[in-house]
Amino acid sequence: MILQSVKMAYTAILSNKLRSFLTMLGIIIGVTSLVVLVSLVGGASDSVTEGISESGKTLITVSILKDKGKPLTWEDVSELEKKESISAAAPAGNTGSTARGRGKSVDIQITGTTPGYFEIQNLKTAYGRTLKRADLDNSTYSVVLNNRAAKELLGTDDAAGEEVVIGGKTYRVAGVLEKSKVSGWNAEQMEAYIPYSTLMRSADDIRYVNNFYLTADSQEEMKNAETEVTDFLKTRFGNDEKAFQVMNESQILELMESTQRTLMLMLGGIAGIALLVGGIGIMNIMLVSVTERTREIGIRKAIGADYAGIMTQFLIEALALSLLGCLIGILLSWGIIQTVNWFLPQYHFRMVKEVILAATAFSAVIGVAFGIYPADKAAKKKPIDALRFS
Amino acid sequence: MIQLKGVSRIYQMGEEQFYALRKVDLHIRKGEFVSIVGPSGSGKSTMMNIIGCLDCADEGQYLLDGQPIENYSEKELARVRNRKIGFIFQNFNLLPKLSAAENVALPLIYQRLGTAKQKERVAWALEQVSLKDRMGHRPSQLSGGQQQRVAIARALASRPALFLADEPTGALDSRTGREIMDIFHMLHEKGNTIVIITHDEGVADQAERKIRIRDGRLSEVKI
Ligand SMILES: Nc1ncnc2c1ncn2[C@@H]1O[C@H](COP(=O)(O)OP(=O)(O)OP(=O)(O)O)[C@@H](O)[C@H]1O
Ligand SMILES: [Mg+2]
Repeated sequence: MILQSVKMAYTAILSNKLRSFLTMLGIIIGVTSLVVLVSLVGGASDSVTEGISESGKTLITVSILKDKGKPLTWEDVSELEKKESISAAAPAGNTGSTARGRGKSVDIQITGTTPGYFEIQNLKTAYGRTLKRADLDNSTYSVVLNNRAAKELLGTDDAAGEEVVIGGKTYRVAGVLEKSKVSGWNAEQMEAYIPYSTLMRSADDIRYVNNFYLTADSQEEMKNAETEVTDFLKTRFGNDEKAFQVMNESQILELMESTQRTLMLMLGGIAGIALLVGGIGIMNIMLVSVTERTREIGIRKAIGADYAGIMTQFLIEALALSLLGCLIGILLSWGIIQTVNWFLPQYHFRMVKEVILAATAFSAVIGVAFGIYPADKAAKKKPIDALRFS
Repeated sequence: MIQLKGVSRIYQMGEEQFYALRKVDLHIRKGEFVSIVGPSGSGKSTMMNIIGCLDCADEGQYLLDGQPIENYSEKELARVRNRKIGFIFQNFNLLPKLSAAENVALPLIYQRLGTAKQKERVAWALEQVSLKDRMGHRPSQLSGGQQQRVAIARALASRPALFLADEPTGALDSRTGREIMDIFHMLHEKGNTIVIITHDEGVADQAERKIRIRDGRLSEVKI
C-alpha cells in the first residue's frame, strides 16, 4: 500500500513538473540557505579555532584600552619576563607595507616585536636566527621573514644575510621561519618580524605598546601569571580595571563559540522560517490539487479506496514533494559550497552532517504537517459528490 | 442477494422535499440479469448509487447479502464497493494518467493483492474483453468502446458479486454498444449477477427482467 502510494506520488509529481518544482521552491530555498549558511559559519569559525589552539594553552593576550598618561614601552613588557610564573612576554605592533627583494614587490604584513614573541607563538627558524635583544637596543634594520615571504621576495627560504627593502628602508634578513603547518585563515600570508624599536622609528602611529602576549610557565601557572600581569597593570593604571583587558585562550575560544552559536541560531531561525513558508506553499498547491482531482478521488472511492487509502496517497505526495525539495536543496548547497571552496581555497568548507540530518527531518515534518489538512480534505470527500464533480 | 424494502431518497430543495426515490421495493437474486429503465430524471442513477453503496437511503432498508447496509461504517462500505461491486459508468471514469493495465489494477491495489497476483488478474480481465494488446495505452489513446471495455475489465478484475452498470452504452454508437452488451451477456452466462441502468428500451429488453422507474417509483415489466 505504501509502495503503491509512493508510486502514485511519483506519477503525480512527474505529471506536472513545473508546478511540482514551484511547489518545492520554498523548501529548496529554505534547505539551501540552512545548509549553506550553517556550513559556512561552522567552517569559518572552525579554522579560526584551529589557529588559536595551535598556539598553545598557556597564551595570555593583553590589550591596553586607555593608557592614562602612563603608556607601556617594550622595555616594560620585557620586564614582565622576570616574574616567576611568566616565561615570555612580547609586544606586537602591526602594520602593512610594501616589500621589495630581487626586483619583486609584494604587500607584506609587518609585526614589530621582541625576541620573546617567537617563543610565545612557537615560531622556529628554518635558516638563520630570530631577533635578539641587541636588535632592539640598537633598533637595527633586521628582519625575520616567514617562509612564504622569503620565497616570494628572494626566491628561496635559505635567505639569511640577504637584503630586502621594506617601506623604503633596507633590512638585513636575520632568519627565515619554518613553513607553517596551519592551513586555515592565517596560513600562507606574507609576514615580516622586525624589532619593536625599529617599528616605532619607522611607523608614525606606533609610539607605545597597546597589545602584548605572554606565556605562562606551564598550564598550572596560568592563574598566577594572569594575576601577576593584572596586578602589574592595576598598579600602573591606578586600579582602573577598565583601562586594560587580560584574556586567555579559553576565554577567546568561549567568546568565539558563543558568537558562533548565536549566529547559527539566528541563521537557523531565518532558514526555518523559509522552510515554514515552503510548507505553506506545499499546503496551498495540495489544496488546489485536491480540488482539481476531486473526480479522481471519487473514482478511487467508488472502486474501493477508504479514508485511509486516500489519506495515505495525498500525505505521501506532500511528503515526497518536501523531501524531494530537500534533496534538491542539499545538492544545490553542495554545489554552492564547492564553488565557495574553489574561490577561497584557504578555507576548507564542508557540509555539516548534523545540518543535513536536521534539514531532512525538518522537511519531513513540514511535509506531513502541511499535508495533513489537504489530505484529510481529500479523504473526507463523499464518493457520489466527488463523482458528480466535473 | 439485493433486497430494497421501502427505500426512499429525499433531496431537500429549499423548503420542499423532493423524493428522487419513493418507497422502492426490489429483490434481485444471484445470477440474475436485470435492467432498470426510465426517462431522464426518473431516479435511475440515484437507485444505482444506493445499490452500489455510494449513497445511503434516507428511509427504508437495504439488505446486501442479508446484511443491512445502514449499520456499515465508512470503511466497511469502501470494502463492499471494493470486493462485492463492479461499477461501469456511462462516461467510463478511467483515470486519464494511468495505462489500461494500471486502471484495471486499481481495485486490486485497494484489496492489497500481491503484485504477481495483480498482474495475473489484470491480464486475465483484459483478456476477457479482448484488450490484452492495449495494456500500455492511456485512455486518451483508446476509442470510446475500448475505454468502456477497460472499465468492464476493471470491474471484472476484482471478481465482484454484482456488476452495476449505469448507461454503459449511453456514450457509444449502436454498433459498439452492441459489442459491450455482448460482453454483459457473456458475463451473465458465466453466472454473474448484472444490473444495467438505461433509458434505451432496446438495451433493456436484452435482460431477463426489466424494471421500469418513473418519478422515483418502480414497476416490474414483462418482456
Ligand atoms: N444532489 C441532488 N440534489 C437535488 N436533487 C437531485 C440531486 N441528485 C439528483 N437529484 C434529482 O433527483 C432526480 C433523479 O436523478 P437521477 O440522477 O437519479 O436521474 P436519472 O434517472 O439518472 O437521469 P438521467 O437519465 O438523466 O441520468 C432528478 O430529478 C434530479 O434532479
Ligand atoms: Mg443518470
